[in-house]
Amino acid sequence: MNIVVLVKQVPDTATERKLRPEDHTLDRAASDGVINELDEYAIEEALLLKEKHGGEVTVLSMGPDQATDSIRKALSMGADKAVHLNDDALHGSDALQTAYALSKALGTLEFDVVVLGSESTDARTGIVGAALAEYLGLPQLTLAGKVDIDGGSIRIQRQADYGYDVVEAELPAVVSVVEKINEPRYPSFKLIMAAKKKPVQKLTLADVGIEVPGDPADAEVGLAAAATEVVDAAAAPPRAAGTIVKDEGEGGLKVAEFLSAKKFI
Amino acid sequence: MAEVLVLVDHVDGEVKKVTTELLTAARRIGEPSAVWVGDGAEEGAARLAEFGAAKVYVAPAELNDYVVAPTAELLAKLAQESSAAAVLVSATAANKEIAGRLAVKLGSGVLTDVVALDVDDSGPVAEHSVFGGSVVTHARVRTGVPVIAVRPNSIAAAPAETPGEAAREAVTVELSDAAKAARVVERVQQEQGERPELAEAAIVVSGGRGVGSEDFSVVENLADSLGAAVGASRAAVDSGWYPNQFQVGQTGKTVSPQLYIALGISGAIQHRAGMQTSNNIVAVNKDPEAPIFELSDFGVIGDLHKVAPQLTDEINRRK
Ligand SMILES: Cc1cc2nc3c(=O)[nH]c(=O)nc-3n(C[C@H](O)[C@H](O)[C@H](O)COP(=O)(O)OP(=O)(O)OC[C@H]3O[C@@H](n4cnc5c(N)ncnc54)[C@H](O)[C@@H]3O)c2cc1C
Ligand SMILES: Cc1cc2nc3c(=O)[nH]c(=O)nc-3n(C[C@H](O)[C@H](O)[C@H](O)COP(=O)(O)OP(=O)(O)OC[C@H]3O[C@@H](n4cnc5c(N)ncnc54)[C@H](O)[C@@H]3O)c2cc1C
Repeated sequence: MNIVVLVKQVPDTATERKLRPEDHTLDRAASDGVINELDEYAIEEALLLKEKHGGEVTVLSMGPDQATDSIRKALSMGADKAVHLNDDALHGSDALQTAYALSKALGTLEFDVVVLGSESTDARTGIVGAALAEYLGLPQLTLAGKVDIDGGSIRIQRQADYGYDVVEAELPAVVSVVEKINEPRYPSFKLIMAAKKKPVQKLTLADVGIEVPGDPADAEVGLAAAATEVVDAAAAPPRAAGTIVKDEGEGGLKVAEFLSAKKFI
Repeated sequence: MAEVLVLVDHVDGEVKKVTTELLTAARRIGEPSAVWVGDGAEEGAARLAEFGAAKVYVAPAELNDYVVAPTAELLAKLAQESSAAAVLVSATAANKEIAGRLAVKLGSGVLTDVVALDVDDSGPVAEHSVFGGSVVTHARVRTGVPVIAVRPNSIAAAPAETPGEAAREAVTVELSDAAKAARVVERVQQEQGERPELAEAAIVVSGGRGVGSEDFSVVENLADSLGAAVGASRAAVDSGWYPNQFQVGQTGKTVSPQLYIALGISGAIQHRAGMQTSNNIVAVNKDPEAPIFELSDFGVIGDLHKVAPQLTDEINRRK
């Protein structure tokens, strides 16, 4: 079985994340890049599927040069090879353009299952999986807390507020995962060494069949052509300092007074 | 006036609060038309009228037999037929997916997890709170019909000055094969209890590692005294003390209630990402240096096992 896992490099949530003042896109120089957390769960699930059903796991990432670090990390977890879609014209693509570009890159690969995270930690739109299924015309098996494949059929538990839905489809399919699905493995020293030799294929937009016209506004991807536009960005105003008291036996009563003044009780 | 489509969230014929918020926002853009998928529209129509819905499009429950795509196809058809000025949905995980597919179909842009919505000459302007609440941005859709997913509790719902007619109109859509590819074969309801739903609740009481054990009753009792929902930090969820679907934060639910009470939660950036836009924040933590106090309107430095039960008793006494 051929499994493609989508991996996005995001700024480390533990650092101060910024947007670039000139175009309101992510300031990648401001923070260290790491693998989007849920994508580690996606990689783990891809590896588990491979262990069970055989086949190959290919990492697909779209991003600038430094995304290579995250690609190597994904390979060191045990993926077999990687494809890196890297083209300056992608800069500033919005969520749908990202899904479109990924769908075109997937068009150059053979796969039975595409596994991805259900949400990134930077932009957090949570729509790439759904949009990808729409572009590819494939079954959308998103928000999966459990995945089972049996021959050509796939079944997942799709997380919902009330519990979950059991969803079935035929392969190939797009699967996004939530945190409860598994526990990602740590790369072993041996795998880290092996990962250095694993093949990483570089693709440009031309390679995946996306034309880059002279006027960027006519393109299918990139900032100038995006259907959404960030008009301004600013640091959030600081919250007014609150009242902090030490509990000397009456802490609960003091909270009650605060809640009462605010009309909650 | 141009129609603005609002996808209705409902349970057993009852319209959820977030839908009244969306209708309120829709009135700033044009004339709201509600889109109801499934049964119960007869019972729900009065509430939609109160918040200004001129029309209620009612689509059959069968759309929900497949994942997300049918509702996107329905909305695409309605948006095209009515030349809608915008489509609004609540920013739940499933509705964001509908928004994404819909925007692809319409060739539009999509804005998700919006916390405030204004309108100027060129259309809706959406506010986002990003990077764990540290940055505020404004964005617009420049191409196509704006598709906008709004976070529950972000807009103050207000009844319309003149109620809408909420005239019901049955609609349906010929589903494509692709839309029927992912079949829902079973719906599993897990224990829900009587508490309000986390994302919608006006008050949320959350417990963290400081709760110390899987006995979460200290959190639940306080929540119940306030009619609140219960949430949990990831540390509490990872420890197996509280179920996964109650996790608040970066990789859990985003909540924006009137009041958020954090018990034994340090306030890590990833937790803040899920609760920072709450109106009032109260924290109880034994560590005076805990970052949660930086965003608290009221904080108590102390043992939550003493402070929370005293608070619960006091609330119950005042009732
Ligand atoms: C602060 C901020 C806010 C934004 N708001 C919006 C908005 O409202 N509307 C909009 O259209 N765009 C928005 N964008 C742009 C958008 O986030 C990017 O285009 C992004 O690449 C895709 O969206 P996401 O990360 O939210 O995807 P999600 O749908 O949250 O990601 C889900 C999964 O998709 C996969 N994935 C996503 N991107 C890649 C990639 N580059 N390579 C490989 N796999 C990937 C990963 O597996 C990931 O776990 C925003 C960007 C920022 C920085
Ligand atoms: C990519 C990523 C995503 C994440 N997503 C999330 C997420 O969605 N949600 C989330 O919550 N976290 C998330 N985290 C984890 C986050 O970084 C923190 O580890 C987590 O929020 C800590 O939970 P906590 O505050 O309960 O525990 P701790 O940080 O251990 O804090 C416990 C607090 O309880 C206090 N305490 C202990 N005993 C008592 C007592 N008796 N009375 C009063 N106070 C007491 C302590 O002083 C301490 O401040 C994520 C992390 C990463 C890297």
